[in-house]
Amino acid sequence: MTATLIWILVALVVIGLYLSWTAGRLDRLHARIDAARAALDAQLLRRASVTQELATSGVLDPAASIVLYEAAHAARQAEEEQREVSESELSQALRAVFAESAQVEAVREVPGGEEAARELTEAVRRVPMARRFHNDAVRAARALRRHRKVRWFRLAGHAPFPMAFEMDDEPPSALADRAA
Amino acid sequence: MRIGIVCPYSWDVPGGVQFHIRDLAEYFIRLGHEVSVLAPADDDTPLPPYVVSAGRAVPVPYNGSVARLNFGFLSAARVRRWLHDGAFDVIHIHEPTSPSLGLLTCWAAQGPIVATFHTSNPRSRAMIAAYAILQAALEKISARIAVSEYARRTLVEHLGGDAVVIPNGVDVDFFAEAEPKTEWQGDTIGFIGRIDEPRKGLPVLMKALPKILAARPQTRLLVAGRGDEKEAVETLPAELRSRVEFLGMVSDEDKARFLRSVDLYVAPNTGGESFGIILVEAMSAGAPVLASDLDAFAQVLDRGEAGELFPNEDADALADAAVRLLADPARRAGLRARGSAHVRRFDWSTVGADILSVYETVTAGAAAVAEDERTTGLWGRLGLARD
Repeated sequence: MTATLIWILVALVVIGLYLSWTAGRLDRLHARIDAARAALDAQLLRRASVTQELATSGVLDPAASIVLYEAAHAARQAEEEQREVSESELSQALRAVFAESAQVEAVREVPGGEEAARELTEAVRRVPMARRFHNDAVRAARALRRHRKVRWFRLAGHAPFPMAFEMDDEPPSALADRAA
Repeated sequence: MRIGIVCPYSWDVPGGVQFHIRDLAEYFIRLGHEVSVLAPADDDTPLPPYVVSAGRAVPVPYNGSVARLNFGFLSAARVRRWLHDGAFDVIHIHEPTSPSLGLLTCWAAQGPIVATFHTSNPRSRAMIAAYAILQAALEKISARIAVSEYARRTLVEHLGGDAVVIPNGVDVDFFAEAEPKTEWQGDTIGFIGRIDEPRKGLPVLMKALPKILAARPQTRLLVAGRGDEKEAVETLPAELRSRVEFLGMVSDEDKARFLRSVDLYVAPNTGGESFGIILVEAMSAGAPVLASDLDAFAQVLDRGEAGELFPNEDADALADAAVRLLADPARRAGLRARGSAHVRRFDWSTVGADILSVYETVTAGAAAVAEDERTTGLWGRLGLARD
């Protein structure tokens, strides 16, 4: 009788430890998503700022300037649910303006243009990186949250179900071509 | 930035991953970052000042061959000490799925962790069995890097998630500026790799050699690499054996001079390659490349634009292509020019900057690397751990 009781007790403790460990994993994943989301926000903002700076610097022709300024402004002001669409539109605008490497060369030639071109190249390269890291974290958290043990014991608490950030982040070909 | 790099394989044994880590660490140190590399090494091997030994790796049979791995209580303790002493902003683990230091570090650390997946092995049975454990460790990694589109695809299939592709780096100028050696010039075919490792493909080349020599008797095959030389030429008719010269293991300088000298570099590898750094080195040195059409090789050679491809394990096709290329100096000059231009994207200046961008992306807004208290054992979990 006592032996059975002890076994039940041991089993309960083991299950409890396992659940607490799983809750710890989930907590860490949520923290990772928060950090990745903050990094993605920072990269998106940086890209929009660099674009806006370029658009107002007078380096580009007026038509290209207006297109870029408009897209960058919209991306920065976008409401949360509009964000993916307006960031994608900024990617498209950048692709349209910097489709030819001659345009990039023209930016490089003016004083301070080398710097601006480098910043933009870096920004369009880092946005897809940050987005991939963010969505990778989201996928890992979703996989764990869908598990029975997490749903039955409500280990996720009130944390919202993580959503991937879907957008068109294809960099302009003239900036992405890394062959010197 | 304080960067901790974890190398899963013995520092005393030369290998692609080890060289990659060495070059990466030295690149970051030149830029003024603080770098510490944790690697398995025998206690008496001389180590560069930035390498910390994690103890001797133990040879164990794993995944069909004998691997030298680090595991167990002592290794885990050394990993913890290294993490604690290093106070890193970011740690970069190489090959996190191999049951060695990488996995141990993943288990013991928390914070910004970057991981590079070098190999693209088919999923092993051990990996399926250990999937739950592996997943718990791998989900701590904030950023995954795959060395090629091919490696990324296998990673996504086996483990889910996603990765950015950053190729392995090469010091292009080191190879481009090497001095050619006259005795290695003049109708020579080059091969570098382990002689006794069939996956490196020397047997395929040996099968193709009689046909090549029949068309061009003046051609010589130069082989650089460790292994049994007698066994390698056994399949060759005795009168042709003198056309093969074995150079044994060569130093880095000689390797560069070798690649600068040969008229054609042949990479007949039959599988198990996820990147193909040797092709990048050959192109850097301006050697025309003829390689088997493995996925990884096709990608490095820009789908055959920067070097020629032949159907894998097809000795006849290899012989035909080699004879055609050796007889056509214009075509080789064209390959040389395209290879040298193509290879710039693999230079450390590009690759290192990309890896640094990854570090900066994951460290932005995140706390520094720390020990993971949750895994320090039962006592820790119950809140009873003593300091």
